[in-house]
Amino acid sequence: MIDINSKAATVSFRNVTKMYGSDVTAIDNINLDIEAGKLVTLLGPSGCGKTTTLRMVAGLEMATQGQIFIGDVDVTNLPATDRDVSMVFQSYALFPHMTVLENVSYGLGFSGFNKSETRERAHAGLDLVGLKGYSERLPSALSGGQQQRVAVARALVLEPQVLLFDEPLSNLDAKLRRQVREEIREIQQNLGLTVVYVTHDQEEALAVSDEIVVMRNASIAQMGTPRQLYDTPADTFVADFIGEANLLPCEVTAVSGDVAHVLLGDFQTTLPSRGVSQGAAIIAIRPSRLVIGAASGFKAVVNKATYVGSRMEYTLVSGFSTMFAVQDDVDNPLSIGQEVIVGFSKTGPVLLPVT
Amino acid sequence: MATSTKTLSQPILLLWILVGWAGFLLLPWYLVDGGLFSDQWLVDGYPFDKNYAPAVFLITQGEKLWLAPLLIPLVMPLFALKREKSDPLYAKILILTGAIGFSWLIIQGFSIGIRGWNYDWLSSLFGKLDGRQFGMGYGGLFLASSFLFLLTQGIAARGAINGDVFVVGAIGFVIAIVGAFVFLPIVNMLMSAFITEDGSYSFLVFAGKFFDDRLWGLSCLIGPGRCGVAWNSLFLAVCVGFLTTVLGLIFALVVTRSGFKYRRAVRALTILPIITPPFVIGLALILMFGLSGSITQFFSELFGLQPTRWLYGLPGVMIAQVLAYTPIAFLVLIGVVEGVSPSMEEAAQTLRASRWQVFKTVSLPLMRPGLANAFLLGFIESMADFGNPLILGGNFDVLSTEIFFAIVGAQYDQGRAAVLAIVLLGFTLTAFFAQRKWLGKKSYTTVSGKGDSGVHPLMPSGLAIPVLVIAAIWSTFTLTIYGMIIYGSMVKLWGVDNTLTFKHYVTAFSVRVTEKGWQWTGSAWDSFWTTIQIATIAAPLTAAVGLITAYLLTRQSFRGKNAFEFGTMLSFAIPGTVIGVSYILAFNVPPIELTGTGAILVISFIFRNMPVGVRAGIASMSQLDKSLDESSLTLGANSWQTFRKIILPLLKPAILAALVYSFVRAMTAISAVIFLVSAKYDMATSYIIGRVENNDYGLAIAYSTTLIFVMLLAVGILQLLVGRTKIGRRESAAREKS
Repeated sequence: MIDINSKAATVSFRNVTKMYGSDVTAIDNINLDIEAGKLVTLLGPSGCGKTTTLRMVAGLEMATQGQIFIGDVDVTNLPATDRDVSMVFQSYALFPHMTVLENVSYGLGFSGFNKSETRERAHAGLDLVGLKGYSERLPSALSGGQQQRVAVARALVLEPQVLLFDEPLSNLDAKLRRQVREEIREIQQNLGLTVVYVTHDQEEALAVSDEIVVMRNASIAQMGTPRQLYDTPADTFVADFIGEANLLPCEVTAVSGDVAHVLLGDFQTTLPSRGVSQGAAIIAIRPSRLVIGAASGFKAVVNKATYVGSRMEYTLVSGFSTMFAVQDDVDNPLSIGQEVIVGFSKTGPVLLPVT
Repeated sequence: MATSTKTLSQPILLLWILVGWAGFLLLPWYLVDGGLFSDQWLVDGYPFDKNYAPAVFLITQGEKLWLAPLLIPLVMPLFALKREKSDPLYAKILILTGAIGFSWLIIQGFSIGIRGWNYDWLSSLFGKLDGRQFGMGYGGLFLASSFLFLLTQGIAARGAINGDVFVVGAIGFVIAIVGAFVFLPIVNMLMSAFITEDGSYSFLVFAGKFFDDRLWGLSCLIGPGRCGVAWNSLFLAVCVGFLTTVLGLIFALVVTRSGFKYRRAVRALTILPIITPPFVIGLALILMFGLSGSITQFFSELFGLQPTRWLYGLPGVMIAQVLAYTPIAFLVLIGVVEGVSPSMEEAAQTLRASRWQVFKTVSLPLMRPGLANAFLLGFIESMADFGNPLILGGNFDVLSTEIFFAIVGAQYDQGRAAVLAIVLLGFTLTAFFAQRKWLGKKSYTTVSGKGDSGVHPLMPSGLAIPVLVIAAIWSTFTLTIYGMIIYGSMVKLWGVDNTLTFKHYVTAFSVRVTEKGWQWTGSAWDSFWTTIQIATIAAPLTAAVGLITAYLLTRQSFRGKNAFEFGTMLSFAIPGTVIGVSYILAFNVPPIELTGTGAILVISFIFRNMPVGVRAGIASMSQLDKSLDESSLTLGANSWQTFRKIILPLLKPAILAALVYSFVRAMTAISAVIFLVSAKYDMATSYIIGRVENNDYGLAIAYSTTLIFVMLLAVGILQLLVGRTKIGRRESAAREKS
């Protein structure tokens, strides 16, 4: 039995710009390094350039300026056919006139495998995605999830240097989405593949990625591990886009070294300065990191209280902002109109410049 | 995988270099009498005889020295062979080679003709030339294609279309052939609109002919006078375009969306009129509705009415054209109606739309590209039709017949013909642009890469009943027409002696078996076999050129694409009569000398019928999601492999349509053919017209009937050969249940 392996390679963008016509900038001078064997997600709102970036890795779009490397090879001018990259499309793009096996074998035929090898590999690929016994069906006789797996198998069997996913889960139902995303992650880790993954769903991105590239307006807003992005967002856009964040306006009164003295309403505290200078600033804090009933903090009034089973959700109003907080104590809920003292947990708040 | 391109592209380069050298060293440079395959030239002094010699032998003997510079671009590409494709010199060498070689071929071809220099200023510049030359032969052809494809490979290597050799080559090829066989003759022809009697050019000549009252007069609106031919043509074409689209849609709906039991029969029935030479329908209409037509006679006896000549004029031409072109609209629309994704309609149904609302708000709008295409085809076909107006027009003159009479008639006014052609072109091009504008930039992709399982809903009953009634009436009418044709072919002398006889068939198609084998003694056999041969050669070529063009237009983006599309559709907007005359004028002299050959017929068919292949291809390809191509490309297939393995199989209906249409048109065409046939290559239609002119209606109709059956057979065989592509809709199974 043939095993499907990987030839994972790095991907690098060097000052890459993509223009459509002379006035539409789809990608504005980005630099990007993707390590071999890592799953990197391109995340961002629609129109931010994430799909264009992916298609440039595939060779379906050509960079207007800059260079793209796969491994050590400069592939900037290589068309898709000649790049060792395969892609799983949002619509799956299964060839409707070919059986599952023919679909999976398609790329192998162009890669110099003989007939029996092609067959074995295709079957190995179908095994890998759990579709043994479906090889003679036409795509139209498969469910959405199964079609998706065929598309994955078709890309996997080529053992590409880089495997690309263009919003692969968007056509699946929620339950299947979690399952398929776990399967993709598992296959990626077992085979050690380099994967570039496009999505607009931040939860999906946090769940599958080694690293996330958040994009905004044709450029990269921030790049880092899911934890880095979640805990230390670079700006309010990233803080707001990844997970829910309360963005509280504040005043930096003094900066000494790494420590900033911050005034929030009448509550004074110190935070890591992270390069923020004196003046108006923003504190970004996750709902779970707001401590209700803390020893020191600012005053707020409970405006809404919602019981969601595993926890309580509160909307709090203070003199300077409205915020959203959660508490695990469901047995002693706060009542609406109650005044509370709200503080920060130790690792929670992040100081950000005003944008 | 990066290595595989290198090993792939170099053999292609080598191949075209070898083709070029073969053309220069081995093949006769000039046209060989009797054709290359007569092999007489091989024993008749080749390679030294001047008539058969390859270019290199001509030069070494001191003849045709203007061919010698071709050696430079022949040697140049050898320096590219060892270079990497990414080397900038590689691209430069090839582009330069192709450009120099190709332009030198063209320059020498057009400047030196049968009588030395072709232009006076050339002889005054260089002095008198002793040498002269005839049309280029296979040597020239090989060399020209070699230069062309070296040029495109150079352009591809410079990075055009992502460096795709196949796509750039295909674009170059289509541009070259369209340039040679559409633009060259037409420009030639149109120039003559400005030529004065003494041979110089003048705009006044053009203006005088253009603003002629015979062209634009409107006196028929206010009194008994006649309207201009331009208005006649326009009115007729709009009516025919509209009627054929509606009828085509009706038949498409009956076949795909009705529970009607004999849907298949309807499908077959609508094929009938296209396999019929156009003038046959005209003849049959005369047999039925003419002064002594059977139906006219019947009614006049019944009601005691005076038979009239109502058929001759607008009504007759319109009926004949609608009969003839409804099936074309049907062929276009059936693909579109089937291509509407059932899940769209099912989605609408689940959104509480009634069947009628689904049809009105989803199905019909999704069919819009198809409807526009069908209308355009009907409009242009009607504009260009020649046979029916000739037979049934009476006093109702249209542009195409006027052009014909301007050239073959007593007036022999090439300029007037050219002006009429310009007007005709104006109409058809306006239709073309209006259609594009109307469709806008909407995407009608409904067959996506995702497997589609669903069933087309049936028509709402408020629509089904009138549709079925109209289809039934029309079918009956069509059947009657064909009954007439068959009956007419077996009657001794229509209207005079109605005894049944096979005499006409015997005269045309008798065969004698002797010891020497079969002897084709019938009078029609010669033209029959020529027709079959020409049509068989032309059909696949037409389909191939048309579909490749459609592929380039829908799937690739390149600079000048609009001009490219315009160029490929242009020949369609030019009536056959004009094509015929312009071909005679352009290809009677070097460098491309084709008159009197079979090739000129094949070529005229390819470029006359190619736009139908293009249209059919575009209509179906725009319903295939682009992600299918892209996934094939990312899986390592190159664009040629993608075209062959993904696009072509999914396009089988379009291929079938293109093949059938081009084969049948090649067998039934008359307007261009009548100028291009020669004693050696006589076509069936021109033979039949000859019989009609001799009042030999029996033989003419018998021959036509035979043609109809032959084409029916051909359509059947083609349908078997091409087959149907399974994309696994649950159509048939679900239909039987419902």
